[in-house]
Amino acid sequence: MSKKIGDVILDLQNISLRFGGVKALIDISFDVREHEIRAIIGPNGAGKSSMLNVINGVYHPQEGKILFRGEERKRMHPHMAAAQGISRTFQNIALFKGMSVLDNIMTGRNLKMKSNLLLQAIWWGPARNEELEHRAKVEEIIDFLEIQHIRKTPVGRLPYGLQKRVDLGRALAMEPQILLLDEPMAGMNVEEKQDMCRFILDVNDQFGTTIVLIEHDMSVVMDLSDRVVVLDYGQKIGDGDPDEVRSSPEVIKAYLGVGH
Amino acid sequence: MSGEADSLSLDGMDTFPRLLFSHARNRPAAPAMREKNLGIWQTWSWGDVGEQVRALACGLAVLGFRRGDNLAIIGDNRPHLYMMMTVAQCLGGVPVPLYQDAVSAEMLFVMQDAGIRFAVVEDQEQVDKLLEIMDQVDTLEHIVYADPRGMRHYTQTFLHDIRELMEMGRVHDRNHPDFLDIEVDQGRHDDVSVMLYTSGTTGKPKGVCQTHGAFIAAARGGMQVDKLTGDGDILSYLPMAWVGDHLFSFAQSLVAGFTINCPESAETVMTDLREIGPTYYFAPPRNFEGLLTQVMIRMEDAGAIKQKLFHHFMAVAKRCGGDILDGKAVGAADRLQYWLGNILIYAPLRNVLGMSRIKVAYTAGAAIGPDLFRFYRSIGINLKQLYGQTETCAYVCLQPDGQVKSDTVGAPAPGVEIRIADNGEVLVKGAMLLKEYYKRPDATAESINADGYFMTGDAGFLDADGHLKIIDRAKDVGKLSNGSVFAPNYIENKLKFFQHIKEVVCFGHDRDMVCAFINIDVGAVGNWAERRGIAYSGYTDLAGKAEVLELIRECIEQVNADLVHDTMVADSQIHRFLVLHKELDPDDDELTRTRKVRRNFVAEKYGVLIDALYGGKDSQFIETEVKFEDGRRGKVSADLKIVGAKTFPIVKRAA
Repeated sequence: MSKKIGDVILDLQNISLRFGGVKALIDISFDVREHEIRAIIGPNGAGKSSMLNVINGVYHPQEGKILFRGEERKRMHPHMAAAQGISRTFQNIALFKGMSVLDNIMTGRNLKMKSNLLLQAIWWGPARNEELEHRAKVEEIIDFLEIQHIRKTPVGRLPYGLQKRVDLGRALAMEPQILLLDEPMAGMNVEEKQDMCRFILDVNDQFGTTIVLIEHDMSVVMDLSDRVVVLDYGQKIGDGDPDEVRSSPEVIKAYLGVGH
Repeated sequence: MSGEADSLSLDGMDTFPRLLFSHARNRPAAPAMREKNLGIWQTWSWGDVGEQVRALACGLAVLGFRRGDNLAIIGDNRPHLYMMMTVAQCLGGVPVPLYQDAVSAEMLFVMQDAGIRFAVVEDQEQVDKLLEIMDQVDTLEHIVYADPRGMRHYTQTFLHDIRELMEMGRVHDRNHPDFLDIEVDQGRHDDVSVMLYTSGTTGKPKGVCQTHGAFIAAARGGMQVDKLTGDGDILSYLPMAWVGDHLFSFAQSLVAGFTINCPESAETVMTDLREIGPTYYFAPPRNFEGLLTQVMIRMEDAGAIKQKLFHHFMAVAKRCGGDILDGKAVGAADRLQYWLGNILIYAPLRNVLGMSRIKVAYTAGAAIGPDLFRFYRSIGINLKQLYGQTETCAYVCLQPDGQVKSDTVGAPAPGVEIRIADNGEVLVKGAMLLKEYYKRPDATAESINADGYFMTGDAGFLDADGHLKIIDRAKDVGKLSNGSVFAPNYIENKLKFFQHIKEVVCFGHDRDMVCAFINIDVGAVGNWAERRGIAYSGYTDLAGKAEVLELIRECIEQVNADLVHDTMVADSQIHRFLVLHKELDPDDDELTRTRKVRRNFVAEKYGVLIDALYGGKDSQFIETEVKFEDGRRGKVSADLKIVGAKTFPIVKRAA
């Protein structure tokens, strides 16, 4: 399979992030190209999640620039990132446990809803038609992720692997341009990991979504990603395709280790 | 309704394509097929189906499908795959449905044996399987897929989207408007209409060739007995390669004109069942068992009042429900109680089961426990048994309304003759018999005797009312070393009715006593264990718990107590048993794809366990290789405890 990797969609330049005296990220630059799967790896505390939080506007770096489609991004909030087409999943699943799978994924469409709150509340006129349209989109996602059988099941009752899939479904419901995945395979068994890998590749392939992911499972990272950034103690120590990264002595020393 | 009856009696409605186009002409707006797609039930009317079959048939002809070709059909139950059956028949070809969960190596034999040139499959998964074996099937030329998802990157020119085929066909149909009608006109009732491969409990699968005439006769006979009409609904979820689905979903729907409903996916069948509320339902006993187990588990979690009500009215139903359904005389007090029970318990329960609208439900494929059978009938579900094989279009015996008995499979169906051979084997004759086994004249000759009777391989007898009672497979019926009859299936079925027991394999032929392997039902036993605070990690761990062994021992002793009263098999009480460390699994070849135990294979594979059972040991270590669904292999090992069960002295019948 050959896919077309496009231009740089997201360019991070000299990002530094401090919490008081703690330097979480030190002068990090890397870019993400359209349609690629970009992995961020590193040992615990390396700054991976901070990096993801910078990208979707939860943290504001003290130094550095973020260019999104060539335009410099000003100080922004997560909902603005969302409106721009960046959506994410969370390391610790953040779904509404008491709501059904369907409703959870529906919440992902919220930003796309145009009718006002009042009309939505009484489910009338344009609001009703709009919801039906969104429902159709959500059903496509349910079909895509093969979770028809749990459509009406409350999320809290589902096994962990399926909850992760629903989390992905909600992120997809926004029809994002960039999808940020924070440890999508954490805590999964082999079969669930295989399923998740397949879905990530399918999302990337069918919708052309650019994906930035953090993952600990090295074999997963190496198989999935087009390019990998390696962080260690807030610094970038490697950047390149999986083979380059795997053979870089610094990376081996810091992370991959020998016989570990 | 009378319109349909007339169209059926008209001469010439003797092939499936003719039946289809007659429905399309006479009742174009009536629903023919439904499928749940993207959360919504989509409907095809008979008119739509007629148009699409026409287009697809022309398209397939353009690709080069010729009279006499076999068309492989692989996938879950989907409207387009059902249509492709008729499509092949229109062109004088033969559809060959394959089991969709088979791995490619298992498909290889059928693909080669049937000389498949064209295959229609559901999705990418099936396409991949065929591509894997393509170099070993030299005949295979074209693969048509119904679901384009994930197929974007496949560039092979022999792969076709079914929509592309339909468009090609529409163009061809416009240019040659007579083409298809001429093709359909050439069809004859004694042409082979379908080839169904037997599951192959023994040896290689054989292709059973059935004609239009055979399946139409079987479908009409069934309609006559059950008074089926064109306004019914059936949930089509059992494998299309199975004769039962072919008779009920394909043949009978085309003959009677009712609607087939395809579930969204295998996992949603239960939800879809409730949404559709079929009038006509078919399931193997294990599905009915599974449903009942679920109900019972949920009842255990219910509040005290609900439990009391449930048990009270279930006792009422047990007493008189079956008789009320059969139209027999029942006292006024019981009738009143039953009426009340119907409002409070039975009707809501039927609704939960998705069986509120059921006119008739069938079970076959294996024997059903009498208590299980009575349970469904007692709550007002007209559950019946039927008996038949792939070779007889699944049509030999049916239970007419009002004459339903739990221990027989019913009276010979209209047009079927039954004879019992000297060795107890059931022989049958009628229009529904197979034409032949594909390219196997030797096997055909072996299975049909000089008088034209098909030898079913089942042992049984006709009772006083002329109903057939099946004891076991003729070849499985053995003798204990003291000479008394040993019918393993008979005992196993008794045990399998316990909700905690999923599978049993009994041994005893040429031995001095009967011993058994047990598979626990991990859902039911797991629930039971949780309730008692017994911690376990998985099947193997749970199966080895002393409390579980004790639970199973009680079940076995109950069966032993029951067997004492059954003079023919009183000697077959189970003396010793063990609970297997893994579930018997079709992926490990221990069960067939229709989930029947492959007795000899299991006996050979676990020979060391059998030796331990009969050798008087208390425990035995075993390590077994298992195949996972993705094809990887692993090992399961355990030290199995062997448990003795109490047996009862045989009471001689008072002279």
